[in-house]
Amino acid sequence: MAKIKGAIVVDNEACKGCGVCIVSCPCKVIELSKEVNGKGYNYCYMKDPDACIGCASCGMVCPDGVITVYKVKSE
Amino acid sequence: MTQEELNNIIKPENLVYEKSKIMTNNTLSFCPGCGHGTAHRIIAEVIEEMGIQEQTIGISPVGCSVLMYNFLDIDMQQAAHGRAPALATAIKRLMPEKYVFTYQGDGDLAAIGTAETIHACNRGENIAIIFINNGIYGMTGGQMAPTTLEGMQTATSPYGRDLKIMGNPLKITEMVAMLAGTYSVTRQSVHTAANVKKAKKAIRVAFENQKLEKGVSFVEIVSNCNSGWKLSAPAANKWMEENMFPFYPLGDIKVEGKLVK
Ligand SMILES: Cc1ncc(C[n+]2csc(CCOP(=O)(O)OP(=O)(O)O)c2C)c(N)n1
Ligand code: SF4
Ligand code: SF4
Ligand code: SF4
Repeated sequence: MAKIKGAIVVDNEACKGCGVCIVSCPCKVIELSKEVNGKGYNYCYMKDPDACIGCASCGMVCPDGVITVYKVKSE
Repeated sequence: MTQEELNNIIKPENLVYEKSKIMTNNTLSFCPGCGHGTAHRIIAEVIEEMGIQEQTIGISPVGCSVLMYNFLDIDMQQAAHGRAPALATAIKRLMPEKYVFTYQGDGDLAAIGTAETIHACNRGENIAIIFINNGIYGMTGGQMAPTTLEGMQTATSPYGRDLKIMGNPLKITEMVAMLAGTYSVTRQSVHTAANVKKAKKAIRVAFENQKLEKGVSFVEIVSNCNSGWKLSAPAANKWMEENMFPFYPLGDIKVEGKLVK
């Protein structure tokens, strides 16, 4: 069966820590970091990268467009 | 997963989603989680996908989205409060070959600009109107708007909107759908991925309709104002589903000149 693996890249400095991507993720991949960025926002990151399926839900709902999504299919 | 495994996924050939190239690199001036940003992004995506960057002219309003011209790399003009449809009318009549759209909040479109909205829609100008309804005046500190729900607390209705004193919330989208000059009227949202896809399709249709010269395409986006509503962004989106959508139901109201609701 084809296996789908995804990954996201978050622009940490541009993330506003709103959490909208976190609730949009069907696989509970994303979490807010304990660290803050230059603006004082707790940026988000992939807490569970193994679970990401590259569905791009997070990218589509991020108001600030700071998430880039990648996906690979392997046999 | 190791960093190497991750690096094997994060490669240009595996890209499935990135910010539209029509968006500039300026940091959006909106509060964290505000739907204005998402709405900006999907308009940019439609312009990019249609390849009409050079042929599009947008009109920004007064309100939180006043600076839209800093965020989309297209020609834009900023209108006096509520006057965007009048400015769009002039631009479209002077340059009928351009794709012309307004982007307006509910305070702009449904309060101070009500006359401009209704008359542009009634005249049947060949423009797109994108209407962001968050039920409040966001920019000025969360005052009550004509669209504010019954019972909803705002800075100027601290005990909740009392219909006896403050009148009824205005469904201006249903109103303009009744006018002969509107060709398509729809209500969408951008708080989930599924809704983003639908809203984007609706905006694409609104842009494509301009070539038909059959009148106004009107797209309402029911959106959040976390700051004005005094909720976190995810809580505001939930509140919106539970309270805004029953009064402002999502879906098409007028399709190809015919009322469907
Ligand atoms: C002629 C005029 N009257 C009033 C104002 C003050 N004002 C600025 S923004 C705004 C309301 C904006 O609300 P809305 O259109 O809902 O947009 P939002 O900020 O919520 O996106 C008002 C009343 C103004 N700038 N100009
Ligand atoms: S939706 Fe965007 S801005 Fe908000 S927390 Fe996620 S990445 Fe950051
Ligand atoms: S791409 Fe899909 S699965 Fe991966 S983090 Fe984003 S929402 Fe979650
Ligand atoms: S005040 Fe409301 S509408 Fe304005 S940017 Fe903030 S959340 Fe968005």
